[in-house]
Amino acid sequence: MIASEAAQELIRTPSVTDGLSAERIAYLENLLRRAKTAAAIFTQFTQDEVDRIVKAMVLAGLEKSPYLAQLAVEETRLGVMEDKVIKNMVATEFAYHYIKDKRTVGVIREIPERNLIEIAEPIGVIFSLTPITNPTSTVLFKCIMAIKTRNAVIFSPHPKAWRCSAEASKIMYDAAVKHGAPDGVFACLESHTLEDNAYLMRHRDVALIDATGGPGAVKAAYSSGKPALGVGPGNTPVYLEKSANLNTAVVDIILSKTFDNGTICASEQTVVIDDEIYDSTLGKFAELGAHICNEQETKLLARTVIDPQTGFMQPMAIGQKASDIARFIGLAVKPGTKLLIAPIQGVGREHPLSVEKLFPVLAVYRAKSVDEALRVCLDVSHAGGIGHTAVIFSRNDEIIRKFGELINAGRIIVNSPGSIGALGAVYNDLVPTFAFGCGTGGGNSTTDNVNIYHYLNIKRLARRTQNHMWFRVPNQIYFNMNAVENLRQFASRCSVVVTNAVLEKNGHVDLVRRSIPPETHVHVLVIPDAEPEAKAILQGVETLNFYKADQIIALGGGSVIDAAKIMKLKYESPQADLEELAAPFLDLRKRVVQYPTEKVTHARLIAIPTTSGTGSEVTPFAVLTDKKRGCKITLADYSLSPDVAIVDPQFVMSMPKNLTADTGIDCLTHALESGVSNYASPYTDCSAMQAIRMVFKYLPIAYEQPDDEEAHCMMHNAACIAAMAFSNASVGVNHALAHALGARFGVAHGRANALLLPHVIAYNAAVPAKFMPSPYQQGYVAHKKYATVADLLGLGGTTVEEKVANLIAATEKLLDRLGLPRSIEELGISKQEFERAVPDMVKTAFGDPSWRSNPRMPLVTELAELFWKAYYGRGVTKMAVSKQTA
Amino acid sequence: MEAIAVRRKIEESDVAAAIRDVAAHLDSADRELVLDFSSVGRIDPDAVCALDDLARRSNDKSIKVTLHGVNLDVYKALKLVNLTSRFSFVN
Repeated sequence: MIASEAAQELIRTPSVTDGLSAERIAYLENLLRRAKTAAAIFTQFTQDEVDRIVKAMVLAGLEKSPYLAQLAVEETRLGVMEDKVIKNMVATEFAYHYIKDKRTVGVIREIPERNLIEIAEPIGVIFSLTPITNPTSTVLFKCIMAIKTRNAVIFSPHPKAWRCSAEASKIMYDAAVKHGAPDGVFACLESHTLEDNAYLMRHRDVALIDATGGPGAVKAAYSSGKPALGVGPGNTPVYLEKSANLNTAVVDIILSKTFDNGTICASEQTVVIDDEIYDSTLGKFAELGAHICNEQETKLLARTVIDPQTGFMQPMAIGQKASDIARFIGLAVKPGTKLLIAPIQGVGREHPLSVEKLFPVLAVYRAKSVDEALRVCLDVSHAGGIGHTAVIFSRNDEIIRKFGELINAGRIIVNSPGSIGALGAVYNDLVPTFAFGCGTGGGNSTTDNVNIYHYLNIKRLARRTQNHMWFRVPNQIYFNMNAVENLRQFASRCSVVVTNAVLEKNGHVDLVRRSIPPETHVHVLVIPDAEPEAKAILQGVETLNFYKADQIIALGGGSVIDAAKIMKLKYESPQADLEELAAPFLDLRKRVVQYPTEKVTHARLIAIPTTSGTGSEVTPFAVLTDKKRGCKITLADYSLSPDVAIVDPQFVMSMPKNLTADTGIDCLTHALESGVSNYASPYTDCSAMQAIRMVFKYLPIAYEQPDDEEAHCMMHNAACIAAMAFSNASVGVNHALAHALGARFGVAHGRANALLLPHVIAYNAAVPAKFMPSPYQQGYVAHKKYATVADLLGLGGTTVEEKVANLIAATEKLLDRLGLPRSIEELGISKQEFERAVPDMVKTAFGDPSWRSNPRMPLVTELAELFWKAYYGRGVTKMAVSKQTA
Repeated sequence: MEAIAVRRKIEESDVAAAIRDVAAHLDSADRELVLDFSSVGRIDPDAVCALDDLARRSNDKSIKVTLHGVNLDVYKALKLVNLTSRFSFVN
């Protein structure tokens, strides 16, 4: 027997097989085996085949609707035959209308814009409990859902509705098998016991339990450890608000509450009526066949239809006619009375009729205000019906929305009958169902109207998505000697030149002034030549506000240009919170904190660099120093990029040699890191590669021959070009380490980069211990890109490894030629001091966002190793490379 | 002793009957039985029962049964009824 292993599993658990004979277990195993086989066979079916079977079943169900309705009323003695016919028809025809064009086999949805495909996978064997209240319609509905989704079902009907439920299942089964469904696709337990249910609920071959029934059955399903769909109990509150159309409301409530004698759990239980319309509403109810109980009658009703011990409705009243209930309890009502209405003064155990009543007895409450009405509705919902259904009649959209927000109900039915409204597809566009999910409030996993999608595993095929990339730089870049003259074309009423004292003193500011149109008022703002502090920024913003500047000209190195960027930000958007804007992020497009787009004023930012390294004139970055807290705030956003960059080498001709070397190596590091970055693209590659070529050719000349105009011009351009690359591809682990080293030991940024650069090239060129997730790159390519650089530089080598080694050697040679220190040790930092600093520096480097675009994900231990390699300097790199090459 | 492999082509028109026939005539002298499923596009519950029975009988007689050319849909159905572990598969 196929399922024998599973049976053995359960037999070894005595609590599950208690009360079951060997014969009974064999019977249950046989049902399971057939169902499991049917489900397996069903996986081979196509959508067309499934749809043909479904249509045949629906037609069979429609044809037999009256017969099954009659059978249900005869067996259960509940409800109204005519209404049960309607239920059966809704369960077949309306369900069919909803599902007929839906795909449930293979690919069911394609979402090309997200590169996603959804594919249906059947569940397998579903064990389904069905109720006494809707015994045939529920079975019809579930059979159709199961076939549509290629599942097999074993039904366990309510014991008092077994005959009609089994007959419904048989009608569906015969129609399905006749049209090609696998044998054994449906089965109905014969005269079962709770032990049968317990056995099946825990069986390995049952994939899902669908429990539509009382709280006990639902709890058992959820307790089984199996995935389960359960329904919760209802206690539908209705708010009849004074703006409602009373005629519609009263008719809807009567037809809903009397539909199948109130057996649908979504039907109305307590109507909360605004004081202004209370009397007229009750008058209308009475006119249309309701009996309004007086105080004594209400007490009598409460005593008899509600169990005083449990507080729940008496089973004998469920699904009975109002006139029969009245006769049974000795209440005198007019012939043909449809509904018994009982005024209540509150909700809870002391007001017995405020609970769920699956029969035509309706509680009503007079509310003096909207707040009171909403509160009472909330109380009713929480008196046993959380998550189920709520109803409102109103023409006031604000109150309707408030009701929707307040009441926890999976279905909030507006201006329509609760029971039929909740079933869906008749009065609204809810999905047709016979199982109401009640969410966590009702102890369920969904608030949905249970439908075909709950009978499917939906698989998502997610293709690799090539996210769009970008290349953003200032749209105007003027370069080469005397490019500053381009300032003339920018009309401005008032320009503020942000600069430092040295540049003002050496005449650079005058050079700028001469190129500004004469009609422009110019104010020079001198700030300290250091990374900007908040105080300097605030003073700058005050100046900009004072002069109502429409143009900012930043003349200086990276610090000055950064300061001007932040001044512009605060000037245009005073509400910008710099600390908040500095919040960390992984992907620029998904960052939590957005830069302000609302601006109170506008000013053009023109950046004129006076060093050839940072490239701040085209980058979207700015660094602010917080001296009080001893930290730096890094801002990054393309809105920070200057509007215009003027790359004029006349401003760098007087740079000291060591600054030429330091900033030149910073530029080289930008180019090399953006070249191998995970965010590199053909757009950034061309900038990075060109900048590298220019640095290797012109930096030694600019360093050794400070008056060489061409070399300085080319280095000035190289810095800007490299910055265009790293503005879009970012940098890498070299910068993360250099930032930490610089902060700890006060090493100039370019120099810190130089100390680490050969080691980082070797590190990135080796096989990573840990790959960095990178949707933009196809495989690991850093070593190959270094090899491409070596080729561009004509360094020789035949293999990738040789080329990488040659690049490292060329870099080291360049560093030597520039007279840069080649080890941290050479800076006079003792080994002990460095050893003490390494843990903190590693922590700082690991917290630095720069490495997030590095091709290789740095482990903390690797960061420490890199620091030590840089400490000992030359020779270590050579050893490392030879080791990797070997 | 030399192993003897018996090969039998299964036609889609009557998968279950063909397998039952094979099962009824299992001979302990045959060390391996190869059933060619390359013409079978789909199986039904009856075929599953027949395969289950064949798996049991062949196991009793220590005969290796190999299913040849089983398509993926049929293989998945066999997987779902835990039958794949009881046969060998060759494409």
